[in-house]
Amino acid sequence: MATIEARAAPISAPPAAPARAPRPRRRPPHLGTGLGLGLAVTYLSLIVLLPLAAVVWRGTRGGDFWRAVSTPDSWAALKLTVGGSLLVAAINIVMGTVIAWVLVRDRFPGKAVVDVLIDLPFALPTIVAGLVLLALYGTASPLHLNLAYTQAGVIVALLFVTLPFVVRTVQPVLLELDRDMEEAAHSLGAGGWLTFRRIILPNLLPAMLSGGGLAFTRAIAEYGSTVLISGNIKFRTEVAAVNIFGRIENDEITSAAAVSTALLVVAFVVLAGLDLVRRWGARRGD
Amino acid sequence: MVTRYSLRVLALGYLLFLLVLPVGLIAWRTFARGLAPVLSALTSPSAVHAFEVTLSVASWAVVANTIFGIGAAILLVRHRFPGKRILGALIDLPLAVSPVVVGLALILVYGRFAPAGGWLERHGLQVIFSLPGMVLATVFVSLPLVVRAIVPVLEELGEEQEQAAHTLGATGWQTFRRITIPGIRWALAYGVVLCLARALGEYGAVAVVSGRLVGQTQTLTLFVEERFQNFDQPAAFAAATALALMAVVTLLLTKFLRPKD
Repeated sequence: MATIEARAAPISAPPAAPARAPRPRRRPPHLGTGLGLGLAVTYLSLIVLLPLAAVVWRGTRGGDFWRAVSTPDSWAALKLTVGGSLLVAAINIVMGTVIAWVLVRDRFPGKAVVDVLIDLPFALPTIVAGLVLLALYGTASPLHLNLAYTQAGVIVALLFVTLPFVVRTVQPVLLELDRDMEEAAHSLGAGGWLTFRRIILPNLLPAMLSGGGLAFTRAIAEYGSTVLISGNIKFRTEVAAVNIFGRIENDEITSAAAVSTALLVVAFVVLAGLDLVRRWGARRGD
Repeated sequence: MVTRYSLRVLALGYLLFLLVLPVGLIAWRTFARGLAPVLSALTSPSAVHAFEVTLSVASWAVVANTIFGIGAAILLVRHRFPGKRILGALIDLPLAVSPVVVGLALILVYGRFAPAGGWLERHGLQVIFSLPGMVLATVFVSLPLVVRAIVPVLEELGEEQEQAAHTLGATGWQTFRRITIPGIRWALAYGVVLCLARALGEYGAVAVVSGRLVGQTQTLTLFVEERFQNFDQPAAFAAATALALMAVVTLLLTKFLRPKD
């Protein structure tokens, strides 16, 4: 596409220039922009937008949406997904900030390796993540900690795949943070906890919330890592994505689309909220 | 001092039990009986076939998203048009969609009983339950990665050099090939590696659209799940370790390629 766009540029420029004499010549040619935009939108539409629109249309058509979403098994799955993801986001906000803190302010041998390891959950295929957790926390657990087929197992799987979000949003902010303010607070007699609460925390809060929000949207969408460890027991350990998968397998496409629509709506509300947080953070940063 | 050590212990302990021990254990279990059983599990006909399917799906998806990614990034950074923010948001959209919903969405448009899918099938192209659908699903989930890797670098680079090339008489294609591409090559490589890793590891979306036909549309990730459910742990662990090794290689590559600011 880039090539087409780039080739179109010189062809379009000469005829356009004399026709609109007052325009400055260096403007990007409009035909190139239009063509590129057209191709990009077509690609996006065919692969992303039309299919997603089809899900929402199918899910909300004919007023079956509430009936499908409120069937006991779907409702239980959605409740577990949203509740579990909230818990996961909260744990991530605390633990992610602690890890980011240790990576930025602490010094110990092997820190560089730990820093690289943080991104492993993003690189590891989700099904492998599930298998790996089942090896340690499954029925044959060497720690004698059997979380297979429990809600705790689902939470651990979600914690695994969302680990990098908060660490990677808080870490750069912590690196940029001016130490002068902390030293000033110290010299004025503030203790470590007071300094953290009054000086550091307010500066980190937008990044913590934004990382937590990203972790939440990832957690409600998660499928692969929960499949093996949850055992997919209806009303107990079945998350929304697994519920949708089961409905597709049973050819209940309309209700699958309705539950999918519910998930999409939750994700969009959170993403819109995140956008607000980001703007709030940017305003505070000025 | 006490706070510092307790925070360190807390952070490292969390990582140990969530990340290091589980991944280490699977590697240890895989190689517990030496290398020979692992190799024989990975060279069985169904494993080799799964490898091939994974590679072909991933390479199509990476090519498509690389071309789209370069074009869309240039469009977003170098061109002005109304609705630019919306286009940017739409490109990021796939990251917020559950893989299972991706699969369902593609079935609703390209399935046999959907208008578009039916038309394609009458013209000899089966999308769902075959390779084209798996490529579409993989393209969907990895769509923003190349764009997002290039955009910041393209912004940083500025337009001066491209304008200078234009002034000196270079055509658009020459400018693109000689100025733009060399300027973004590391970011491009970074994005391609991310996209490839995501494509090799995709499970949920591919599970829905492939129909999980063993020996036909089974990718490596589907192979891991199917072997595990059939109590063939050695094969599942061997394939999982192979995928994990690929992930580690990706990780090291991205560390090496990541634009340092």
